[in-house]
Amino acid sequence: MKIAVASGKGGTGKTTIATNLAVSLSRSGHNVRYLDCDAEEPNGHIFLKPDITESEDVTVGVPEVDQEACSGCGRCGELCQYGAITCVKGKVLLFEQLCHSCGGCMAICPEGAISEKQRKIGAAESGHSNGMYFAHGLLDTGAIQTPALIKHVKRGIVEDEKNILDVPPGTSCPVIEAIRDADYVLLATEPTPFGLNDLVLAVEMVRRLRIPFGVAINRCDIGDEEVLRYCREEDIKVLIQIPNDRKIAETYSRGEMIVDALPEYEKKFLQLYDKIKNMVKTDEK
Amino acid sequence: MKELVVISGKGGTGKTSIAAAFASLAPKAVIADCDVDAADLHLVLGPAIKEESDFSGGREAAVIPDRCTACGKCAEMCRFDAITLDGPANEGVGKTYAVDPISCEGCRVCVEFCPADAISFEPAINGKWFVSDTRFGPMVHARLGIAEENSGKLVTLIRKKAKELAEKESKDMLLCDGSPGTGCPVIASIVGADLVLIVTEPTLSGRHDLERVARLTANFGIKTLICINKADINPEVSDMIESEARENGLKVVGRIPYDEAFTKAQIMKATLTEYTSGAIAENIKTMWREIIYELG
Repeated sequence: MKIAVASGKGGTGKTTIATNLAVSLSRSGHNVRYLDCDAEEPNGHIFLKPDITESEDVTVGVPEVDQEACSGCGRCGELCQYGAITCVKGKVLLFEQLCHSCGGCMAICPEGAISEKQRKIGAAESGHSNGMYFAHGLLDTGAIQTPALIKHVKRGIVEDEKNILDVPPGTSCPVIEAIRDADYVLLATEPTPFGLNDLVLAVEMVRRLRIPFGVAINRCDIGDEEVLRYCREEDIKVLIQIPNDRKIAETYSRGEMIVDALPEYEKKFLQLYDKIKNMVKTDEK
Repeated sequence: MKELVVISGKGGTGKTSIAAAFASLAPKAVIADCDVDAADLHLVLGPAIKEESDFSGGREAAVIPDRCTACGKCAEMCRFDAITLDGPANEGVGKTYAVDPISCEGCRVCVEFCPADAISFEPAINGKWFVSDTRFGPMVHARLGIAEENSGKLVTLIRKKAKELAEKESKDMLLCDGSPGTGCPVIASIVGADLVLIVTEPTLSGRHDLERVARLTANFGIKTLICINKADINPEVSDMIESEARENGLKVVGRIPYDEAFTKAQIMKATLTEYTSGAIAENIKTMWREIIYELG
C-alpha cells in the first residue's frame, strides 16, 4: 500500500499528517515506511528524528566530450532541446546544469565522441525511526532535477508494507514523480481562498492521473465553508479535519509529534488509515 | 528599476499575503506572480485581464499511428519511460507505440531515431499567461497547465514581460511573488533580482527551509532579507532564526505576530493593509520602509 500525502498549497499540514499517520500506524504494529519526497525542502526528519544509517549520492548522467574525437559537426547541439550542449565554430560547449539526461547527444554523435559521466544532484539518506523505515532526499543547492532524486527515494518502497509518501507542494513535475503509482493520494488543504484555489488544481492533477483521492482539512475552523462546499459539490470525501489548536501549532513549531502531545489524535489517524484502506479496496473491485 | 522577489522556502508562511500588502504600498510597481504552480496572488488583487497568451515551454512527441511499424526503437531510446506499446492498431501491426504526454520531457530523441518517421514534434501548450490591471497597477501572471513541465521557463517569461511593461510604463519597481522550494521555478524567479525577501515562520521546519533557501540566494549572490511571520508562535525559535541570520550577514526586517487578519483579509479579497489599519498593518508598513531603504 502506497499513500501519498500531497497538497496544492504549501504549509497546509502535509508533513504533520504524513508523519503522524506513519507513527500511529507503526505504533499499532504495522510495518511502516515513511518516504519524504519533498527533496527541495524535506522536513520529515525534524519530527521523526531518524537514525540515518545509509547515505548515497544521487547522480544523473551528463555528457562528456572527447574533443579530440569530435569533428565539430554540431549534430548534438541541433538535437538538444535544453541548451545543455551546443556547438560553436566547431567546438562543443557544455552546460551540465541544464541537461535532462535524455542521452540524445551520445546516441547521435557520429564519431562516438560523447560519453556519459555522472553529475551529483543530491543525496538520498535512509535509516530508522522507532522501528519504522525512514528515507528522504536532499537536493543540492542550485540543482534542478528534483524528479530524479525523488525516483531514488522511492526505491525504498516495499509493496507489502504501509508506505507513506510525503510529497512536495504544487502540481508540477516533482509532484507527479512522487505520486505516480500511489494507491491513494490524500490532499491536505486549509479552508481559505488560497487553500481552495490550490486544492482545485491538485484535484485536477490527481484526476488526470486517475488515482483515488480524498481531502484532509487542516486548521478547519480558521476560514470559510467554501472548501467543504466544493468537496460536497464535487463528491470528494473529506477524511479528516484538524482544528486550529494553538497547542498543535506550538508542538509543530518545536518539531514534535501531535500524537505525543495530544495522544487522542492517534485514534484519529488510525481511523484516517481505515477510511483510506476501504476506499482503495472499493476502487480495486 | 529595482526588482524585489518575495520567496519562502517553506510553504504557508504568509508569503503571498505579504507580497499582496506590498503591492498596495508600492504605487509605482509592476506586480508579477511567479508562483506559477499555485498562483494565489490574483485572488486578492482581482486582476482584470487585458491580454492573454498561450505559453509553450517546449515541444511534445506524439506517435502517428498510421506510420508506426512497432519496431520499438523509440521506447528503447526513451529515458523517461514515456513510450509504451499502447497505441491503436494500423494496417500493418496489431498495436502501435504511444507517448504518454505526462512523462514526455520533449527531448526529441524518439523523433530523431524513429526509422519510419512516425513521430511528430509540435509545440506543446503548457499554460497561459496574462497581462492585467489591478487597483495597484499592472500585473503579469500565469496559469501553468496541470502536470506540465517548464515552470522555470514560464517564470522567466513572466519576469521578462513584467520588466518590459515596467519600462514601457516608466515604473520604478518590479514586485515578484515567488514559489516555495529551492528548485527550478525558484531559481528562475530570483536570478538577477536586486533583492530577495524570505518569509519564514518560527518552527523548526521553517528554520530548516530558510537555511536551505538562503543558501540558494547566497549561491546566486543576491542580497537577502528575512521576515519572520507568526513570530510569537515560538519566540525562542524566532530568536534562534534571528541570531543565525545575523551570523550569516542576513538582516531580519520584520517580526510579524500571528494574526487572524491574514486569513480574514484573504476571505475579503483584500490586502492586509486594506483590511486593517491596526498593529499588523503598521508592522508591515515599517518592514516595507526598511525594504525600500535596503533596495536603495
